Amino acid sequence: MNRPTGVDDGSDMRELLCAVGARRDIEAYEQLFRHFAPRVKAYMARTGGNGQQAEELMQETMIAVWNKAERYDPAKGAASTWIFTIARNLRIDAFRRERRPEFDPEDPAFVPDDVAPADAELDMRETSEQLHHAIAALPAEQASLLKLSFFEDQSHSAIAQRLNLPLGTVKSRMRLAFDKLRAALARSGDVS
Amino acid sequence: MTIRHHISDDLLISYAAGSLAEGWSIAVATHLALCPACRRRLTVAEAVGGELLDTMEDEASVDQSWASVRSRLQQPETAAARQSSVGHSGGLPEPLRSYVGGDFDTLKWRPLGRGAYQIPIKTGDRETMVRLLRIPAGKPVPEHSHGGRELTLVLAGSFHDGTGLFARGDLEDADASLTHQPVATPEADCICLAVTDAPLQFRSWIMRAIQPLLGI
Repeated sequence: MNRPTGVDDGSDMRELLCAVGARRDIEAYEQLFRHFAPRVKAYMARTGGNGQQAEELMQETMIAVWNKAERYDPAKGAASTWIFTIARNLRIDAFRRERRPEFDPEDPAFVPDDVAPADAELDMRETSEQLHHAIAALPAEQASLLKLSFFEDQSHSAIAQRLNLPLGTVKSRMRLAFDKLRAALARSGDVS
Repeated sequence: MTIRHHISDDLLISYAAGSLAEGWSIAVATHLALCPACRRRLTVAEAVGGELLDTMEDEASVDQSWASVRSRLQQPETAAARQSSVGHSGGLPEPLRSYVGGDFDTLKWRPLGRGAYQIPIKTGDRETMVRLLRIPAGKPVPEHSHGGRELTLVLAGSFHDGTGLFARGDLEDADASLTHQPVATPEADCICLAVTDAPLQFRSWIMRAIQPLLGI
């Protein structure tokens, strides 16, 4: 759980990613790469890939980061969140051979938020640090369930079976954990 | 439009994590298209994913990988212009519209008997069965309990069951313990997306109601 000093609030990573998006800044990209590549590779290895596959999917993810950096909006989330969603989608494509159904904000049937954008859009700018501490403060059994959810490509019923717990217990622990994280973000004033 | 029945935390977390099978995910993503409140909750769940990714430990050197990726980088092409979307407000939302290949007015319904219709939807997963269903206005369905999980997302019309009214955008998340008596409201046919566990073909409340009529 070592975090390099200087990136505790994720703001450095956010600025680096914006620099790649705005100016194709190769030095900023290299710093991003050195931070995220090992993490993405570990994520791919944990969610089902062997070493070679994990390396390939990591490279694919990081190249997508370079190609799509223009579309990153720092107000919508941390760099780690954005890179996580890219890695996740590539993983689904590679391992599950399924499509990932996603909503389309440009779709005429899409229902936009009717609250004023400034209030409605989560300003996720300041939330990385709160979230980091809130996750660290979770009871061990809730934190480990969250990690299993995100890092093992398994349904909650499969996780319940593996841990020899009733499915209801898994679901309620998950809900408790998520409630605490939401409450921590709400206290930071960013989430209504 | 006020949505009263939302995505449960466990479904939302599985969807954010990418571990939810495609069939369930169609219902979740289509609800998200209609529900800004759940999109805000998804933002939080994905931030948790990002935070967990950021705290992964890996000491391996990336010098070799960096050299390889560095040599593969190109100037990205500017994003291609988006195709204009053919849907309309109040119509079938994406991603569902693409899965069924049309909007309400172009759907190719297959009769199920007693005024009910369906359109099966193909997915890449083997654990779910996904279909669009049209239930005649005002028709009751016999009381029953489920054998497995069933997600029902209302897209037009509405239905009542013992637990409340479900209208456009509402997602009913029913498991084996729920016994209910859904009735389509009398004003209009109820069109909904139903996702169930795959092998349990007739666990859907609608399918169970219809099964005896078809003699299967």
